[in-house]
Amino acid sequence: MKFAIVVFPGSNCDQDCYHIARDLLGCEAEYVWHHDTDLKGADAVVLPGGFAYGDYLRAGALARFSPVMESVAQFAAKGGPVLGICNGFQVLLEAGLLPGAVRVNRGLRYVCRDVYLKVENADTPFTRLYERGQVLRMPIGHMEGNYTAPPDVLDRLEREGLVAFRYCDAEGRIVDSANPNGADRAIAGIANREGNVVGLMPHPDRCAEAVLGNDAGIKMFESVVNALVPP
Amino acid sequence: MKVEVRVYPKEGVLDPQGRAIASALVRLGHKGVQDVRAGKVFFVEVAGDDRSRAESDARKMAEELLANTVIEGFDVRVVS
Repeated sequence: MKFAIVVFPGSNCDQDCYHIARDLLGCEAEYVWHHDTDLKGADAVVLPGGFAYGDYLRAGALARFSPVMESVAQFAAKGGPVLGICNGFQVLLEAGLLPGAVRVNRGLRYVCRDVYLKVENADTPFTRLYERGQVLRMPIGHMEGNYTAPPDVLDRLEREGLVAFRYCDAEGRIVDSANPNGADRAIAGIANREGNVVGLMPHPDRCAEAVLGNDAGIKMFESVVNALVPP
Repeated sequence: MKVEVRVYPKEGVLDPQGRAIASALVRLGHKGVQDVRAGKVFFVEVAGDDRSRAESDARKMAEELLANTVIEGFDVRVVS
């Protein structure tokens, strides 16, 4: 089982993801530079957080045109599992691999703190070891996480169960005060129709081992290993 | 030739930045301000002198990159 971790100029969570894959899960991992097109035989691809291309123009807008993204799109089209975390999610949105867009947070500030998430879809390769309805505590760190999409797209996401995570309070209630950025329908993460491409604003990579005080995120990585290499 | 591309939040899309600017203007004493929509403007220099070609090229640039058409609208005009 091999992970490819895509590295854009400005990625800054790539090493966290590499550490999780190699040191915590005992998998193989390879960095793939944005100019490369070879995913090196990876079984799963992670687009990590950071500020790809300095977030110039819009977060994710320029990264989308990296040569590597053509390969990621082909990999995804063949059903390969792709996870976009924070800036990686923004890249997936700009690339059209996931529907919708993010706006500046409604509070106009960069928000860096723990939030609570409700697992809404536990059937994707990245969520299968969670339970539907489970509440997770996870850190966020972003300025543009205010997810939106046209109403018919939001309705479709709901209808088809493609909302993967929603912001909630510690008890799992979906209330506006628990929504850190104003995202439509409290959406924190979504999946594509096939379920193999998942993106979210919170950082599972920043809470993947007990030494960090929280290991709620490790299951997102374990899930894809479990999906590809059944125990 | 210089083409101006204006990109702005679509009608109905929440614009937190515009809203903050509007309330700052009101605080500054511009009491009549009711709403602000904040966008971006790009001045694109293109070769040649075919105005309609320049305009349609710029329109394509806006659709492909300069605007995120999920949340942003745009308009294009040749300025010189």
